[in-house]
Amino acid sequence: MKTYGSGNTEVQAMQDASMNVAHGEIVALLGPSGAGKSTFLTAIGLINLPTSGRITIDNQLVVIGPQPMVNLKIFRRKHLGFVFQKSNLIPFLSARENVQIAIEINGFKPRAARKRALQLLDELGMDSRADNFPSMLSGGQQQRIAISRALANRPAVILADEPTAALDSHLGRQVMELFRDLAHKHGTAVIVVTHDQRSLDVFDTIYEMEDGIIKPMH
Amino acid sequence: MNLAVKDIKHNLGRFTLTAVGIGMLLMVVMGMGGIYRGIIEDATLLIDKIGADIWVVQHNTRGPFAEISRIPQNIDYRTLAIPGVVSARKFVQHTIQRSYQNKRLRMTVVGLDWPVDKGKWLPLVAGRILNQNHYEMVADRSLGMALGAKIKLGKDTYKVVGITSNMISSGGDGIGFFTVNDALDIQFNTPAEAIRLERAARGVRLRKSDQGLKQPGLIEYAYQESNQLPALESPRVSAVMLSIAPGASPEQISSIIAGWNDVSVFTREDERQLLLKGSVEKVRRQIGLFRALLTIISAIIMALILYTLTLDKLHSIALLKLIGASNWMILKLILQQAIVLGMLGFGIAYLLGQKIFPRFPRRVILSDDDLVQLALIVIAISVVSSFLGIWKAMKVAPNEALN
Repeated sequence: MKTYGSGNTEVQAMQDASMNVAHGEIVALLGPSGAGKSTFLTAIGLINLPTSGRITIDNQLVVIGPQPMVNLKIFRRKHLGFVFQKSNLIPFLSARENVQIAIEINGFKPRAARKRALQLLDELGMDSRADNFPSMLSGGQQQRIAISRALANRPAVILADEPTAALDSHLGRQVMELFRDLAHKHGTAVIVVTHDQRSLDVFDTIYEMEDGIIKPMH
Repeated sequence: MNLAVKDIKHNLGRFTLTAVGIGMLLMVVMGMGGIYRGIIEDATLLIDKIGADIWVVQHNTRGPFAEISRIPQNIDYRTLAIPGVVSARKFVQHTIQRSYQNKRLRMTVVGLDWPVDKGKWLPLVAGRILNQNHYEMVADRSLGMALGAKIKLGKDTYKVVGITSNMISSGGDGIGFFTVNDALDIQFNTPAEAIRLERAARGVRLRKSDQGLKQPGLIEYAYQESNQLPALESPRVSAVMLSIAPGASPEQISSIIAGWNDVSVFTREDERQLLLKGSVEKVRRQIGLFRALLTIISAIIMALILYTLTLDKLHSIALLKLIGASNWMILKLILQQAIVLGMLGFGIAYLLGQKIFPRFPRRVILSDDDLVQLALIVIAISVVSSFLGIWKAMKVAPNEALN
């Protein structure tokens, strides 16, 4: 549960928001604007903690209510990957460096981090654009770099907030398929918040959120 | 990966322009320090170079570098009688403003006691020292006179036989070195008409005085040239400089001269301090305050620039925090950029200063000590200035990357 404000101004952004996601599973979370999807995502992303409830990631109890059970910064760094609506790449770093910095932050030496960054870019078909800056890449290419960065530290969960919103339908589908392939290949759980109903067939499980309540969609 | 370097390389043009701006600001700070050094150097140069151990000046005055000093020319004979004094030289100094080649010429005239002092101590860059008692001069390069050039001062014409470098008076005017006699001629030059009128007036005054009435024969003398009248003293000099024998005590010799009631006496260091604490002191304080003000302004401007640079990166900083970057990594990004900006600005200031400062009318001296001091100040400013940006960066929440 997540409550903002108090008294007359109290707003319940999440009421009954429960979800279990297995390793290698790709999950979609649908819902209208204001349903609480982003609040849910930032809560399990350990950015905006819930008012009550529990979050368990990779068999580890991370949060009870607003109380963190672990060092959130370190946990987020090691277990979570993020992909956003906008690619959110660092503009003064090249494609390779955007991935490499995430690996270096996790304690890798620059040479090893560089090698792994190039491997990831190669895996996502972006090795030829490794030295390009974000401004030189298309929206789809930028999103692939962001996904590479999200995968950089072999996270248990990737959280994606409207990752295809800025892409055309063809590119959007490609990105969703990429998420599915990576989830199945790497055993990473992927939770995608999306409005895009055209690619729902790529998801293993689909949830719907409305008025702060999450329900499985059949 | 060094994020600061990556950001600078990516925004090289903007960063360079910012550094040039900071550099020009620091050049002014550097220049102020250099002007101060130049003033001190110029003010003390003559005292240091001329090599006098003791200065004998007009009674109750601080000497020719602080105020007008006039003493009789024969003081040198009296001082030579003191044990330990090996040489006594008359010294004349005054400033003139004339016209030379249709341009305004301000020159400090220094008289050397030729032939005791022919100017062997002068830092000549061309020509020679004074070889005769009249009509020669050694000019400082700043006066703009070429070797062999001639200039009419008073009734006489003087030829430039030597050129010095950086011989500037405390007032900032280039020095022209003449013999004492020529320097006095330049100072007390009186037109022929004025001399004739004075002779006539002298006769009239004598006729009206008791002495003239009782001794009419004296009136005939009144119309003669001044130098033929034993009652009239020759022009006074500014000071007499003494050199003392090795091992002799300047304090002891000074105390003897101080016992004479018609002069005052100072050691070289006294005269130096009088100069620095006198006319130069206010300029020194003024420049010091101005320099401090400029340093504060530079710090404020740098802080604003660094703050703006940080604002531009807030989204990237939030993103870095979201993917787990430590505060130290973000702090390093801002701090390193601040120091690079400061040091680059310092380098630009130095290079620009090397080109621009020599064109200043007064000397701007960049001493190694001053440069090191300023470099340290710049590093300190850079660090302090970055605090505002760091504070802003530390306040950014990771979820701001989602916006």
